[in-house]
Amino acid sequence: MTQIELRGVQKFFGPNQVMKDVNLKISDNEFIVLLGPSGCGKTTTLRAIAGLETIDEGDILIDGKAVQHLKCSNRDIAMVFQSFSLYPHLTVFENIAFPLRATRMSKADVDTAVGAVAKILRITDLLDKRPSALSGGDMQRVAIGRALVRQPKAMLMDEPIGALDAKLREDMRAEIKRLHLKQGSTTIYVTHDQIEAMSLADRIVIMNDGLIQQDDTPEEVYAHPANLFVARFVGSPVMNIIDASVAANGSGAKVTVKGAAEGFAFPGELTGRLDAANGRAGQLALGVRPEGVFVSREKQDGYLPVEAHIIEPLGAYDIVDLKVGSEILRARTRSGFVPGPGEQVFARVDPAQAHFFDTGSGNSLGVRL
Amino acid sequence: MAHIQLKNITKKFGNHTALADLNLDIADGEFFVLLGETGAGKTTTLRLVAGLEKPTSGQVFIDGVDVADWGAAERDVALVLQQYSLYPRYTVRENLEFPLKPKIRRIPDAEIAERVARVAKTLRIEHLLDRKTDRLSGGEMQRVSIGRAIVRKPRVFLMDEPLSALDAKLREALRTELKNIQMNLGQTFLFVTHDQIEAMSMGDKVAVLNHGRIVQQGTPQEIYNNPRDTFVASFVGSPPMNLIDGRLAGGRAVIQPTSFELPYAGTVNGQAADRALTFGIRPEDVFLESGAPVEARVHDVENHGVEKIVTLRVGDAMLRATVPARTQVAIEDAVRFGWNPEKVALFDRGTGVSLRHSA
Repeated sequence: MTQIELRGVQKFFGPNQVMKDVNLKISDNEFIVLLGPSGCGKTTTLRAIAGLETIDEGDILIDGKAVQHLKCSNRDIAMVFQSFSLYPHLTVFENIAFPLRATRMSKADVDTAVGAVAKILRITDLLDKRPSALSGGDMQRVAIGRALVRQPKAMLMDEPIGALDAKLREDMRAEIKRLHLKQGSTTIYVTHDQIEAMSLADRIVIMNDGLIQQDDTPEEVYAHPANLFVARFVGSPVMNIIDASVAANGSGAKVTVKGAAEGFAFPGELTGRLDAANGRAGQLALGVRPEGVFVSREKQDGYLPVEAHIIEPLGAYDIVDLKVGSEILRARTRSGFVPGPGEQVFARVDPAQAHFFDTGSGNSLGVRL
Repeated sequence: MAHIQLKNITKKFGNHTALADLNLDIADGEFFVLLGETGAGKTTTLRLVAGLEKPTSGQVFIDGVDVADWGAAERDVALVLQQYSLYPRYTVRENLEFPLKPKIRRIPDAEIAERVARVAKTLRIEHLLDRKTDRLSGGEMQRVSIGRAIVRKPRVFLMDEPLSALDAKLREALRTELKNIQMNLGQTFLFVTHDQIEAMSMGDKVAVLNHGRIVQQGTPQEIYNNPRDTFVASFVGSPPMNLIDGRLAGGRAVIQPTSFELPYAGTVNGQAADRALTFGIRPEDVFLESGAPVEARVHDVENHGVEKIVTLRVGDAMLRATVPARTQVAIEDAVRFGWNPEKVALFDRGTGVSLRHSA
């Protein structure tokens, strides 16, 4: 049973503020991923929770008790880093048993505890080896085993699989997720890889420039990004974000991309919803992911004629660049759907997958159609 | 403007054969990608074309002329590498002017200024022209390197992993930009990479190299849809093609040793029946459905937002399926799956070669 809470945490490195009023609540057994580019403050946040960094203001609570004045060793938290930091002269068994040697656990209990952890991580047959004889994935398994063996209140992981090659990273990611489901310990995991975050997290906390940008489930973060930063950071290929203007058009509305002669058809309620959200003309960007741009080879109601430009065949599907006004709109189509560059096709923006942002503040206007 | 041919090229470094009997034909104006893992011989091939290496045997032709005796300078190729190698004390403008300045080129100042301006516009680095190169980001530096190659109008562009050192978002953006530049210039590009997404998305043609040999060449679609062997099948495509061992029996695919059966819709001729096979199926051709033939456990779920990649476990076998984002699956759920029987590829289990290619 471990809850962690951050209340109004501020942290400075000299004149640089690296944590700006960070508020975060993590429930028991939750798997939280801190996601952001390098320098966003995610690792500092993790280290502050672990007690490896002091904070300048605010509270860090573990199970309701303020711990910001406690030393790292008194917080009962385990950390796993990208570099494995194993003792090279000790065997795998001794490396895992190390944290227990400091406690007064009997030899038999140590054997049992190490054996149980090794079984979970499938490294039982490696227990007599030294770290130098292990592969990268096995070394990280041992590091995780050492963190797990003393059954800490929480596990903190800082890009634990960032240094592994792609295939191994995938395997280890699956293992970490399965381990969490089995062990159910409160976990905070730091990464800059959005697929890792989307696949592992119960909740993703996206940070930039020391500020929490959004704190929500993977599905929500993808489907309803709170601002332009999140919209651009999550999802590959990146979301189309284009300056646009909105006008009433009979009973409907139309959204016209910069430099385009015609607008995309939208339901009439859009204009009222934008007004209610304080959307201002001249400060509006349309956001739509490539899968929200529908392409047709024949003329259809509500579809605008556009010219196909570069086509990226990615095997299972294509990403097609469409010229709309002075902008490019990228669409995801079936493989081979648009025969080649220069072809005229027809496109529509799916209102249900469209986002509207205020380009001044960068925030989403929260309009959902 | 250049048509490049490599004929029966072998290259040895001491006892090590880097390239074995390599044949390539790169059409004028083509974006040609050499795809392979580290040590496959990609960079060696590029250096042979550039004139930085000599083949042990075989010939290199540029526009039909054997260039064996031509030095690197005479071949008039431009090289862009992963490391930017710009002059750090120079401004972006000076870096771009540099290749045009040598006296022997005798290019008038007005023309130099005009060419630099045009290149800067193409690469969207006009606002950086007066900045020193050590004040640039990685993406900007790589743009300047490409600009320095473009500005002197070489016959061929040779690029060795130019995007590999950049972060994922930037790589994605520069991919389209580079393809765009190549289409506008209409020049021949020979591009080396280990990243199959770069190869697929940019190449007009792709040649897959393995251990110094070309395993397969063709358009990205040909290679994706009809891989020549299990190496290409598992190298191209992300996630890779599922490869599982089995046999054909009574027109059905029988997967061993976990023993489940799935329909097969291809022709079963004498050579396919009754032999050890590896079945290949792309994750997008595996589907989850309540009435589907085989039961599996969900081993892992990779969430891409637009879709999910589900790893299924049947006995010891693992199989990946791409499913729509709205599909609700959790680890250890019991699910049922099937595959599109028309999309199943057959490989010989011994040689790994596709039966379609060996027939």
